[in-house]
Amino acid sequence: MIYVPANMGLLLAAILFLLGLIGVLTRRNVLFILMSLEIMLNAAGLAFVVAGAHWMQADGQVMFIFILTMAAAEVSVGLALILQMHRHHKTVDTNVLNLLKD
Amino acid sequence: MDVFQLLWLIPALPFFSFLILSLSGSKFSRTGVGVFATISVGISALITLIIGIQFLSSPPAGHFYEQTLWVWFDVAGFKPSIAFYLDPLSLVFTFVVTFVSFLIHWYSIGFMKTEEGHVRFFAYMNLFVFSMLMLVLANNLLLLYLGWEGVGLCSFLLIGFWYKDPYNCYAARKAFIVTRIGDTAMMVGLLMLVKNFNTLDIASILTTAPQTWSPGASQAFWVTILLLGGAVGKSAQLPLQTWLPDAMAGPSPVSALIHAATMVTAGVYLIARTHVLYELAPAVQTLVAIVGAATLLIAGFSAIVQRDIKRVLAYSTISQIGYMFLALGVGAWSAAVFHFMIHAFFKSLLFLSAGVVIIAMHHEHDIFKMGGLRKKMPVVFWTFLFGAGALAAIPLITAGFYSKDEILFFAMASTKGSTWLWLAGFVGAFITSVYTFRMVFVAFFGEQKHDIPYKPGISFKIPLIILGILSLIAGFIELPHTFGHFTPFSDFINTVFPAVQLIPEKEGMELTLQISTAVLALFGVFLAWQLYMKRPQMVTRFKETGFGKRLNDFLFSGWKFDWLYDTFFVKPFVWLSKIDKSDFVDRIYGGVANLNLYFNKLLSATQNGNVRSYVLGVALGAVIALTIILFL
Repeated sequence: MIYVPANMGLLLAAILFLLGLIGVLTRRNVLFILMSLEIMLNAAGLAFVVAGAHWMQADGQVMFIFILTMAAAEVSVGLALILQMHRHHKTVDTNVLNLLKD
Repeated sequence: MDVFQLLWLIPALPFFSFLILSLSGSKFSRTGVGVFATISVGISALITLIIGIQFLSSPPAGHFYEQTLWVWFDVAGFKPSIAFYLDPLSLVFTFVVTFVSFLIHWYSIGFMKTEEGHVRFFAYMNLFVFSMLMLVLANNLLLLYLGWEGVGLCSFLLIGFWYKDPYNCYAARKAFIVTRIGDTAMMVGLLMLVKNFNTLDIASILTTAPQTWSPGASQAFWVTILLLGGAVGKSAQLPLQTWLPDAMAGPSPVSALIHAATMVTAGVYLIARTHVLYELAPAVQTLVAIVGAATLLIAGFSAIVQRDIKRVLAYSTISQIGYMFLALGVGAWSAAVFHFMIHAFFKSLLFLSAGVVIIAMHHEHDIFKMGGLRKKMPVVFWTFLFGAGALAAIPLITAGFYSKDEILFFAMASTKGSTWLWLAGFVGAFITSVYTFRMVFVAFFGEQKHDIPYKPGISFKIPLIILGILSLIAGFIELPHTFGHFTPFSDFINTVFPAVQLIPEKEGMELTLQISTAVLALFGVFLAWQLYMKRPQMVTRFKETGFGKRLNDFLFSGWKFDWLYDTFFVKPFVWLSKIDKSDFVDRIYGGVANLNLYFNKLLSATQNGNVRSYVLGVALGAVIALTIILFL
């Protein structure tokens, strides 16, 4: 088994998280925003796993299972919302969907 | 059991009734509300009667009874209490207030049968009775002031009872603001009393004042003139009389209760109550007499040309209270209180009768459109005639004759009186009988102009009949020297007041004065008959001449007092407030509001509906929070 130093793993997680955040901020298509969100979630999961490996504890992997479950639930709700959004407004562009302003 | 201990119940019962009606009046049935309110006042009247009989049969020591419920507040030795003070003066007032209010409440059950908002009406009426009773029973001037403002408030609420018509609201505001001017003067007077005596307890002020102030002291002068300000405001005397004719915008029972029988006599009560102070300020007492004399003439002349039956009665009220002030001013205290009592009976009777007529005429107030009501409404006609007779002081048979005659005699014969004051009252008596019988002849005699299918119910008739009988016989409890000298009323009330000082050589004139007044009153009736029944064209022709028309307009508008005040006070004030609309003070408060608006705009700009900018906000917030946690 190759030993990966914890800070390298955390760095990867941080890069992934940033990539995801940039995706959320720049993308206008809700579908892509959702995908970027998934990347951010996975980055957080990765951070948990790395931390778990560093301290030789199973907790990190347990947390990852939780995150995975939550992500699945989130995606299912999110996709359903996106479908409804598309059905009602014929678009999934967030710049157009700004009816909630004051 | 000592019945005097029930004293607190007299004001408390109407107050509880007011609370119950205003909190859960809608749960009562339609007549239930009126019956409930009437019974509460009725029990008060009954208790007053029991206490009154006890007071007469075995008077308490010193001819007064005081009941302290609790201390109101206690600040630096100034300690007014919620306490009631019963002496012959307040007993007479309490009796009249409860008894007349009871009859008017009873009458109102029928009157308000079809009106909207009857719960509100009866609740306010009860509140009014409570306030008035607090006013007359208070043992200190602060509690009296509470009742004083309470009746002012109820008057405002009840004049504007039909609030959907803007004119009624205007009349209500006018009444409130004009009396407020007097009330402010009165409050300054009360503060001066507190400063001088450190108490507002009436009995202790009245005992200490003659020791501290010599007659004619300037302090006494200012206090009494300020209290007089309050009195002329509430009692609609010159120069604050303008609100009363407009106050007729309220329902007829309100006019009867507030603007004739009870509230407007609060000023008379105040002056009578503080009579010791007025005797220390002879100049102000003379002023009271002059105000009374001037008011009775001005109001009498105005009444003679009014067309609205209620306005005629309103001006006659102002004029009759003028008589009471005249009596107070010449030191005839008991005569003023006697006239107050008789006036309460016949004036409420006149207003209640007028109310029935107005209902029957479908809210027509103009007497010249009535005519011939005598045959259609015999009960109302007779009761109205009794009331009118008492108002015009028809000799011997009506109560008004005895009370008015006493005032006129004292205006002449008292050391504080003069021939001029007597002459004013004498001319006033003549005018009174002319305008009263003009009203009777025009409205009730002549040919009938409308068919009236309306029949007044029994709840109207009984109060009218009771008051009608009182208007005739109530005078017999005080007969002048020339008719047997039977004076239980003044004997009773004079335990409070000093006797009138008479000029000995004028004492013998009593019979002459009585006969001349009596003849004059009858001549007034005859003149009214001639002018308005036999030769109405004479009056019409006079009105068509240029001078006649101007005179008519001048008197009709109440000597142009409204115009005067409008030009000199209201309009300049409105003009001032218009140019002062955006002054410095407003800028400060406006600035605070504008600053808030600006920040609101700034903050609401962040809520733009763009999801991604929200995310950016969240991310930046997280970075800031993390930075603070990690590096600070």
